[in-house]
Amino acid sequence: MTQLALVIDLNVCVGCQACVTSCKEWNTSGSAGPMVDQNPYGPDPTGTFFNRVQTFEVGEFPNTETVHFPKSCLHCEDPPCVPVCPTGASYKRKEDGIVLVDYDKCIGCKYCSWACPYGARELDEQQQVMKKCTLCVDRIYDMTMTEDDRKPSCVKACPTSARLYGDIHDPESAVSIAIRESGGYPLMPEWGTHPANHYLPRRKTRIKIHEDELERADNPLKVDRQLPKPAMNEPTLDDVTTW
Amino acid sequence: MQDAKATISPLQEVKTTTCYMCACRCGIRVHLRDGVVRYIDGNPDHPLNQGVICAKGSSGIMKQYSPARLLKPLKRKAGAERGAGEFEEIEWEEAFATLAERLGKIRATDPKKFALFTGRDQMQALTGMFARQFGTPNYAAHGGFCSVNMAAGMIYTIGGSFWEFGGPDLDRAKLFVMIGTAEDHHSNPLKIALSKFKRDGGRFISINPVRTGYSAIADEWVPIRPGTDGALLLAIIHEIIATGLYDRDFLVKYSNAGQLVNVSESNDEFGFFVRTEVPTEEACYEPQDKLWWDRNTNRAVVTHEADADPYLLGEFTLKDGTRVKPAFQLLQERVKDYTPEWASQITGIAAEVIRQLAHEMGVTARDQKIELPIAWTDSWGNEHDTVTGNPVAFHAMRGLAAHSNGFQTIRALAILMSLLGTIDRPGGFRHKAPFPRPIPPCARTPNDPRGVQPNRPLDGMPLGWPSDPDDLFVNDDGSPVRLDKAFSWEYPLSVHGLMHNAITNAWRGDPYRIDTLLIFMANMSWNSTMNTAEVRQMLNDKDENGEFKIPFLVVCDAFHSEMTAYADLILPDTTYLERHDVMSMLDRPISEFDGPVDSVRIPVVPVSGDCKPFQEVLIELGTRLKLPAFVTPSGERKFRDYPDFIVNYETEPGSGIGFLAGWRGKGGEKSLRGEPNPNQWEMYQKNNCVFHYELPKSYQYMRNWNKGYLEWSQRNRITRYGEPILIHLYSEVLQRFRTAAQGKGLTRKPPEHLKKRIETYFDPLPFYYDSLEAQVTDKHKYPLAAVTQRPMAMYHSWDSQNAWLRQIHTHNYLYVNTLTARQQGIADGDWIWVESQWGKVRCMARHSEAVEPGTVWTWNAIGKAAGAWNLTPDANESQKGFLLNHLISEELPSAGSTRISNSDPITGQAAWYDVRVKISKAEAGEPEQTSPQFAAMKPYPGMKTRSSILAFLGVKPK
Amino acid sequence: MHPAFSVIFLTTLIGAAQGLFLALFTAQTYAAFKLLPQPDAHAFYGQGSLLALVLLVAGLVASFFHLGHPERAWRTATKWRTSWLSREVIVLPAFMGVVFLYGLAHWLDWHPLLMTLPGELPLDPTAILGVAGTVLAFALFLCTAMIYACLKFLAEWHSPLTVINYVLLGGASGFSLAAAFAAFTAPELVSFLAGWAAIITLLGLLGRSASLYRNARLKPKSTLQTAIGIKHPRIVQKTQGFMGGSFNTREFFHGQPVAVLRGIKWFFMLTVFPLPLLLLVSGMQGTVGLLVAAFVVQYVGLLAERWFFFAQANHPQNLYYQSIA
Repeated sequence: MTQLALVIDLNVCVGCQACVTSCKEWNTSGSAGPMVDQNPYGPDPTGTFFNRVQTFEVGEFPNTETVHFPKSCLHCEDPPCVPVCPTGASYKRKEDGIVLVDYDKCIGCKYCSWACPYGARELDEQQQVMKKCTLCVDRIYDMTMTEDDRKPSCVKACPTSARLYGDIHDPESAVSIAIRESGGYPLMPEWGTHPANHYLPRRKTRIKIHEDELERADNPLKVDRQLPKPAMNEPTLDDVTTW
Repeated sequence: MQDAKATISPLQEVKTTTCYMCACRCGIRVHLRDGVVRYIDGNPDHPLNQGVICAKGSSGIMKQYSPARLLKPLKRKAGAERGAGEFEEIEWEEAFATLAERLGKIRATDPKKFALFTGRDQMQALTGMFARQFGTPNYAAHGGFCSVNMAAGMIYTIGGSFWEFGGPDLDRAKLFVMIGTAEDHHSNPLKIALSKFKRDGGRFISINPVRTGYSAIADEWVPIRPGTDGALLLAIIHEIIATGLYDRDFLVKYSNAGQLVNVSESNDEFGFFVRTEVPTEEACYEPQDKLWWDRNTNRAVVTHEADADPYLLGEFTLKDGTRVKPAFQLLQERVKDYTPEWASQITGIAAEVIRQLAHEMGVTARDQKIELPIAWTDSWGNEHDTVTGNPVAFHAMRGLAAHSNGFQTIRALAILMSLLGTIDRPGGFRHKAPFPRPIPPCARTPNDPRGVQPNRPLDGMPLGWPSDPDDLFVNDDGSPVRLDKAFSWEYPLSVHGLMHNAITNAWRGDPYRIDTLLIFMANMSWNSTMNTAEVRQMLNDKDENGEFKIPFLVVCDAFHSEMTAYADLILPDTTYLERHDVMSMLDRPISEFDGPVDSVRIPVVPVSGDCKPFQEVLIELGTRLKLPAFVTPSGERKFRDYPDFIVNYETEPGSGIGFLAGWRGKGGEKSLRGEPNPNQWEMYQKNNCVFHYELPKSYQYMRNWNKGYLEWSQRNRITRYGEPILIHLYSEVLQRFRTAAQGKGLTRKPPEHLKKRIETYFDPLPFYYDSLEAQVTDKHKYPLAAVTQRPMAMYHSWDSQNAWLRQIHTHNYLYVNTLTARQQGIADGDWIWVESQWGKVRCMARHSEAVEPGTVWTWNAIGKAAGAWNLTPDANESQKGFLLNHLISEELPSAGSTRISNSDPITGQAAWYDVRVKISKAEAGEPEQTSPQFAAMKPYPGMKTRSSILAFLGVKPK
Repeated sequence: MHPAFSVIFLTTLIGAAQGLFLALFTAQTYAAFKLLPQPDAHAFYGQGSLLALVLLVAGLVASFFHLGHPERAWRTATKWRTSWLSREVIVLPAFMGVVFLYGLAHWLDWHPLLMTLPGELPLDPTAILGVAGTVLAFALFLCTAMIYACLKFLAEWHSPLTVINYVLLGGASGFSLAAAFAAFTAPELVSFLAGWAAIITLLGLLGRSASLYRNARLKPKSTLQTAIGIKHPRIVQKTQGFMGGSFNTREFFHGQPVAVLRGIKWFFMLTVFPLPLLLLVSGMQGTVGLLVAAFVVQYVGLLAERWFFFAQANHPQNLYYQSIA
């Protein structure tokens, strides 16, 4: 069984927000759209977004890590938002594990959003239906696109390729390998939701220089410190004293 | 959302062009439905961004359909004050007629009285040419207040610089050190490279007062006090030399390290390289007539003599008794006292960290060498079987540049990179065509006021690269010819001009009054100026006769900016999706390390309203003014429009060099040089709007001294001279100015009041000094440095009108280190006052652990004037957002009663980041609103109304 | 959570209606066992059911204000296998139907003897409808409460106390209303109903105090550390990705200072329990004014209680929305 998911690599995410607006852009004109914005040019502008990038500071100066943290629907394998939906508008697809909302069935009761510990769902204030990341389901199966384009918009946009996309049930997929080999972890594992999306932690590269490695046999100072010998005929002690 | 099978692809048409949501110039695919832009993604076939796109690029739709767009030419209503925003619509014909008449008169009398300053520097090939053809010296783009120190400091040292001109080769680097780089310049390519670099196991060190963006993913963050990078770099150089971690072989062959400098103080040639003979012709290259002291024969020999090996240290006496020292010896003496302990006091970085940085750099460069099996021949005819790389790469930007000690700091950086042997080598710094250039590059301004004549083009370039005092553009009495005083004794190497002083100087009439100021795409009454509040008054100030001190002000912009309000005439520009445009080799192309790349924009949607691309405005004006390049000898129109100009213009008749390098020749069969090709645009269009010429592998490295490359470059007229471009550890150019200030030599001499300044700062070796502002500031009273950064999701002031991007950055806070804030009793989110000796601002504070305790910072240009950019007057940007510019002065008190630009004394680079501030909690009961506030701007005639709810174009889902 | 007035009115109105119905049928059952005098069936059971029905309809109307698409409300009955909300949507109209029929049967004096149960107890349609209504009333309490109690990561709600309190508080409110109503229509039942109202109110006090006590001692299972998966004692959010608010900041935060929360807690602890108790006991002899006051005060208190019920629930998603910049 397939479970499509995103694996987000916090080790390379620079918080540029490319995934945020490329998602907004695709989906506002895609089948999930439009995504309304209120007060777009006024005070406190607010709108529907499927994906946000947040920033956290970890630790205290000077040992501070700044962590950029993208968050969208995690497409849980055991999604708590689905069973609570009274109309069946929220559902998880058997064929690929994507959690979707059928806008035509949604009554906008918001109950599914209460049932999501991650805050992944947003009510569209104009359409009054619940919206969320669809993993660009209207891209990834669109055979009019090239294979390279059949990916979620955020994945394609990400300049640091911090967003990997694939089937986490296929042990040989790039996402499975990344989770396995780079310490992929789920968010809030305590709730047993089994998020399909995973995060890869920061990893540090350090250089260890042993003191005896600092100087090498070919150190140029050995050459450069050798200044020319004085000419033979320059004055010496020999010229002036007899002892 | 229903099942995918029930949906169809919503997009119908795809067109490629080039992004302009920032200056990065990525290739994009614009997807349309019913002629409306619905989706913009990165073009996977584009060499620059390889399919990725950023937050801004993805929000291009919201810029295209923004209600802030200006859609009609506008004229200030008779009697209305500038800044009041009272305009009436006019037709283009009236605008052109007005301009042609006014500019025609100026050109026929005193062309200097027309000044053209452009915020955008990637259209300089055309704007600079227009200014030159008009005959005015008063032209510059924004480089002077952006990052000219970076360009000048590095080009005067290694013949190339970062961003458009070169960059870090992260594909092969093992250690990457980023200094003073915010998350902007060259953003997508750098992001792509950074993540690959990290995934390949590279080590990434960020030196920055603030840890955001790119620095966030650094393996190590080294917080540093702003403006002290020079001290750090000099201490690292000290340590590299002291431990012998420099690449001796590289320095000997490819730099002036071994060249002998005259150190006989009484000698007229003191401080200059000793030459074998006096060059016969004045040419823009360095003849190989300098000397080494050969280790083998123990005598002076001409450099690069076969079998010779120079002493790098020591002192020698020539036969004529002249005492000489190798340049490297002088460098070693210079950094002798710049110990890590010394730098630690200044930078706030522990001495052991400075040593560790030096050791990591030196050991990585030495022990992890790359040998590529690429055979090449150096300028001296030596054949090499391999190209060597020392895999330590650097990147730096405005954090180093925007200080009044930035030039010397950046010289130190370029020298450090050279000591490590990383110039144009794999894993280090690599050039991008048309770089490297000779040091300095060959372009010169006129050096005499007689270069400016009525009805004649300027006798030289408006901007250039002085190599000695005689290249300065000054009057006979040494006073500046240019309005912004560039290329004068005040800022001799101001190679990008000083746009930041143009308005103040024009207002004061110092050096003179002008008539017409044309500003293109620069928000000079807001975030692009220092001293914002007073500059706004200058723009509206009148003389005793009731005439404006700046008599006629024309602004060309696509949007309702703060600056447009001050215009007498507004020319509505198009967006990037509506225009033809070129990213030319004559300007700042998008070349890759492996060869020249240029690119174009081709309209994907029709022009909105009555907008007109600025390029078309210039061509039309040039034609009406009968500027020689735009008309036939009989005065007839030469170019139908801008696309026609791009195809058919040649730098000289038959030169085969035009704005575009791709698909030249009658059938598009030639590259770089060739006859005009009438189908050139179509060929660019078919090829993703980009032309990429990949050099043979053997020409891709060591280009300063690569015989094959330099000859190729000569043949393709990229350069006139094929001489090797040696690295200037020791800068004779600077020494020439210093010597003049000391009253020696045959060149011009500076005026008395500037002698000391020139002598002090034109040091041929890098040195550290406190910024000019710090020198006149009580640091106990103003203990904090205040800096800005550009966020990755916003391009200057440009994107607050963007309904999507402004949700991410709706207003800005001042970030203060938590401890620093608590010491002042400032809680997270408090309203505070920030005060410099020049002004004060009320804003909101945020605690942060990711900022050095002596620094406060904020995002640049989020704060807006109320109502500007067609936001509602109560929008967060104006009520909670603030501008740090109010705290920064464009001028500093100087010796005597004169004022001098708050800029680097060498290059005129605006010293934005030198400002010192103090912070205090706002009083209870003060309004929760930023200060200062200005009268709210109104929308202008012809603009669209803003909606209060936006479901993009109101299209409902199926 | 952000307390939505639609849901506050829905749960308090139908709670009172359920309690009222239970009170009516309790009285009927007692009367059947001759433990209470037989009241005027028309007025007490008939009009009483009508009153319950009015409250139920009002609650239903209020609930529609909560929906983005009320016209699609019919769809909600489809997922009863998994969704307590769906179950509520089924049980609520069923209960309304039964209440209607129960009231109608009493109104029409429709008491055909269906059979006689042991102990000489006559079984007529009103008894069957009453039993059905009772079952449905409890089912409705269960469904409504379980909508909240089933959300395991809302720890304040995820407890049997939620169900118990919905039953007790709805019951108290309904019995108080029944007592006040009886003062007009069946004065002979007033002391019985007021007595039970007082007893249930007392039990409610116990139940609600228990949940307050429990909630005050909850340790959140989710932390910023588990939310973003980084192990460090000091993590501070700097930006939440937007500055002008979003659904996440509107729906899940009450937006009131702690003092308001505390004030409302004390307000409802006073107005739902001791004050109505006092009024009920004082009005037990049939003082209409006191009994009406008891119900009104308690109902207003319950509005506050329900507001607090929502406001106090701290959704783990809030960990992601702490700071703007």
